[in-house]
Amino acid sequence: MIPASHYLILSALLFCIGLLGILIRRNILSLLLSIELMLNAANLNLVAGAAMHGQLDGQLMAFFVMVIAAAEVTIGLAIAVLLFRRGGSLDTHDIQQLKG
Amino acid sequence: MTQKFLFYFFAVLCVTSALGVILHPKPTRALLLLIVTMAGLSGLFTLLGAYFVAMAQLVVYAGAVLVIFLFVIMLQGIAAVEAPLHQRFRGIYLLPAGALSLGLAAFFVLMLHKMPLPALQMPLGTVENIGKTLFRDYLLPFEWASLLILLGVFAAVSLAKKDDAA
Repeated sequence: MIPASHYLILSALLFCIGLLGILIRRNILSLLLSIELMLNAANLNLVAGAAMHGQLDGQLMAFFVMVIAAAEVTIGLAIAVLLFRRGGSLDTHDIQQLKG
Repeated sequence: MTQKFLFYFFAVLCVTSALGVILHPKPTRALLLLIVTMAGLSGLFTLLGAYFVAMAQLVVYAGAVLVIFLFVIMLQGIAAVEAPLHQRFRGIYLLPAGALSLGLAAFFVLMLHKMPLPALQMPLGTVENIGKTLFRDYLLPFEWASLLILLGVFAAVSLAKKDDAA
């Protein structure tokens, strides 16, 4: 039997990889991919928590996270398309107009 | 024994493909690697007894969300490329970024390694059990989630629409 801590450590590792991706990427689409990675790491944590307590609630939370991630991707991609149409680039260094 | 082998197989698959997601210079390849990560995660969900979530992960996430992503990346064409890592940022910025995420990972590993945790007991997340819990205890959040999806569709359409009239 695999101990619960192994699942939690794997989830933490995936989360940190996603965080590193957000910090070292410059393309907006790649940033969105890293956010997806972090959300999935959180999902693994929730499902492992459900198995630790023997209840289904954690799995339902993972399902809701999935639903919210779908909505987030829809809007994020729409914004990316809009930015590309405005400035012709998706590089975060080229998008200067939103700076205060 | 089989379970142990499967766990480590999927874990290594997930971590390597996740590293590929953040390091590969081409976003299209990075996205395909993310699909590999999703498949590995769905295997881990199956090991944890979350059969419905594993299938939803494959069908909804890898099948639908990431395919939309793929279409958008391919339509962007020239914008979907990225400078090589050493030209992207100055080293003075990359160093704390790597140190932060590595330090956070080391902190989590050290903290979780010693923590006494209850043994896993695998609630059976079949469609029947999930459906019963979803429509008995989580009916209102479920309806709110459907409203959220609808609002997301509205927002996406109104954002990405070409302003021909204006």
